Amino acid sequence: MMIRTITAGMLAAAIGLGAAAAHAGKDDDTLTIAWGSTGPIENVDNYFNTNRTGIWFSRMVWDQLVYRDEKTFEFKGLLAESWEYLNDTTLRFKLRQGVTFHNGEPFDADDVVFTLNWISDPDNGVKVQRNVNWIKNAEKVDQYTVDLHMKKPFPQAFEFLSGPLTIYPNEYYAKVGPDGMGKKPVGTGPYSVVSVKQAEEYVFKRNDDYNWGSPKGAGKIENIVVREIADVQTQIAELLAGGIDFTADISADHVEQIATVPGFEALQAETMRTGYIGFDAAGRSGFKPTTDVRVRRAMAHAINRESLVKNLIRGDSKVIHTPCFPTQFGCDVNAAVKYAFDPSKAKALLAEAGYADGFEIDLYSFRPADWNEAVMGDLAKVGIKVNFTKMPYFALRDLQWEGKTPMYFMDWGSYSMNDMSAITSHFFKHGPDDYALDPDLKQWLETGDTNVDPAVRKENYAKAIQKITEKVYWLPMFSHVRNYAYVASLDFTPYPDEIPRFFRYGWK
Amino acid sequence: MLTYTLKRLFVALLILIVVSALTFSMSHLASDPAMAIAGETASAEDIQEIRRIYGFDQPIWYQYMAWAGKALTGDFGTSYHYREQVSVMLAQRFPTTLTLGICALAFALLLSIPMGVLAAIRPNSLIDRTALFIAVLGQALPTFWFALMLMILFGVQLRWLPISGNATWAHFVMPAIALGYYSTPALMRLTRAGMIEVLNSDYIRTARAKGLRPPTVMFKHALRNAILPVVSLTAVQFGFALGGSIVIETIFNLKGVGWLSYDAILRADLPVVQAIVLVIACFYVVLTLAADLLNAALDPRIRVR
Repeated sequence: MMIRTITAGMLAAAIGLGAAAAHAGKDDDTLTIAWGSTGPIENVDNYFNTNRTGIWFSRMVWDQLVYRDEKTFEFKGLLAESWEYLNDTTLRFKLRQGVTFHNGEPFDADDVVFTLNWISDPDNGVKVQRNVNWIKNAEKVDQYTVDLHMKKPFPQAFEFLSGPLTIYPNEYYAKVGPDGMGKKPVGTGPYSVVSVKQAEEYVFKRNDDYNWGSPKGAGKIENIVVREIADVQTQIAELLAGGIDFTADISADHVEQIATVPGFEALQAETMRTGYIGFDAAGRSGFKPTTDVRVRRAMAHAINRESLVKNLIRGDSKVIHTPCFPTQFGCDVNAAVKYAFDPSKAKALLAEAGYADGFEIDLYSFRPADWNEAVMGDLAKVGIKVNFTKMPYFALRDLQWEGKTPMYFMDWGSYSMNDMSAITSHFFKHGPDDYALDPDLKQWLETGDTNVDPAVRKENYAKAIQKITEKVYWLPMFSHVRNYAYVASLDFTPYPDEIPRFFRYGWK
Repeated sequence: MLTYTLKRLFVALLILIVVSALTFSMSHLASDPAMAIAGETASAEDIQEIRRIYGFDQPIWYQYMAWAGKALTGDFGTSYHYREQVSVMLAQRFPTTLTLGICALAFALLLSIPMGVLAAIRPNSLIDRTALFIAVLGQALPTFWFALMLMILFGVQLRWLPISGNATWAHFVMPAIALGYYSTPALMRLTRAGMIEVLNSDYIRTARAKGLRPPTVMFKHALRNAILPVVSLTAVQFGFALGGSIVIETIFNLKGVGWLSYDAILRADLPVVQAIVLVIACFYVVLTLAADLLNAALDPRIRVR
């Protein structure tokens, strides 16, 4: 942390010295991007990595059957022109004609059937099984018609069909497999891949045959080069020196500094990633005070979320009252019980619960210490002494799953799915993350996750939101922001699902 | 000499076994590789399945023996994360680290030997103090800080050198300076001390009395003798440069073994971590062994001790 602070300060000094902008991006129609602060993509084959940047990569190269509008979240046809439900577990897709893969292979039902059957076969080892394990199989009806059979009614299917499920060329993939696709990816998308230098650099070229009416639109910039750079300070130095044109890995402090440099723009855009504080209501950790709902409500009243958002998170971040992101399907903001910042009410609730003199509690988080220190400060004012432990994400999740965390400050990005099953159901259906273990929640969420009637889903999800917030199993905190910095000549727009659409960006 | 060599070889082997066993057990204790392999969105069932497939449910001593058995044949297994042969990954990344190590050491020697000689000519003079200050600064400055200063000055402000990557020789200049500067004080002090000792010896006095020109005395007679211990230290510093390149490679985005180890540690990619630690340990052990044997060959008293 200290090292980061020092280096951030040094770069700030460099920015202050006035690094003149000098970028060749616009002149040679090449957008150079740096990403990789969370590590390089291990295999750019879309089904064999778990990186967020893997998603960014995939949206350039491949297409899905369905497109989710990035602003309205409405589903539109992409490789499928239209679809209909034949019954609760069968979807029929009419496919688009005249589409070809980057290697010249024509797109038709064989590619869709092959891809869906291949990825849903557990023996093929697709890395995130949750993305594919709801598929029973796919059947070809004719050259441009496919039936998709699901194992059970799965109302979130379109979130997956418009997200992680990209369509591969059957002949090529059967021949080269994940390793070959990782080295030379082939898709139908707006950019084709010129070269992949694993963990170092990916070079893309605009697909000039992408003119069949895709809602994604044809790519605007001719060449895109992505460099995997792990160190954020190095990314900033490269940006200022003209080595790259875009980064999305920087901190809030960097945004403020870079925004002042002529020739550059920087912004903080709201994302679906939702921060929350979880409490051990079920007593899994053996810690007694948090099992009392009055104590949890007291803590909800004691924490000043508005101040945290305004002073530390900044940008477009907002306080969130629901255990889901408000745009997500089923995430009814009106169903949530809201807790105003009210330390005196918090003290009264603590006294009522028998903790007038407060208590000590262990707080765990992998997020910045200053966020947690703000929470500690607020709780100290009502007599609760917090011992904070910062841990790496995976180590903390290990500890959580072992039931050893009475209080934790975490967040969840819903893997960009605009459906609350991607967050609320993930945490409150008695899985290892669940510190509420509430049978009502399990039942309501299960109904919401599997019923195909949107009204039934919404009703059950609303009940779950009401109970989670009333019982304060979680204290929803705020929406996270993603920080972007880029050359001023780039016509950039951020999206709440944290996926930059590089094919949509051009030069001003 | 043979007994001594065998003894040293046995100790070297023992060190390697201890290092590998410690690395193996500590990395397994520090993190759960199954969770790291599965990724953020995995379910508990996914993770349990990964544990079974990779054999993480076996006792740790069993896992170690299985790994060590294969490592002996040069098979370090497959990276959990990249699904590639670790030996292939190391072979791909090693040239970058080796280039960096050699350049760093060349820079350190080019800076420290002339400074050491100059300082020895006039001990405790202003030149001596300045040389000492420059050298000590190398050890006192945090490497990452010095690296960023170089980057800001030569990359961002002056635009003389490329900031990151390893495409050309120019990409190695800043990383080599940042890494090599740290080795400078030890090399410089040893050169200085050696030179002062040699310059006061009888044969130098004789050489001077014979009327030889000062540069001849200095470089042909004095430096040649004074530099012997510096050569031994250089070997050790080279091992250090290879092991110490993690920070520099990460900052300058050089995708060598140092960067690979950083990435592997973050992801709990244990086969890669273990292989790198073992290879770096081998380098140290071999270099130290070579220095020991060289010293023993030169100085028979060491063999008897």
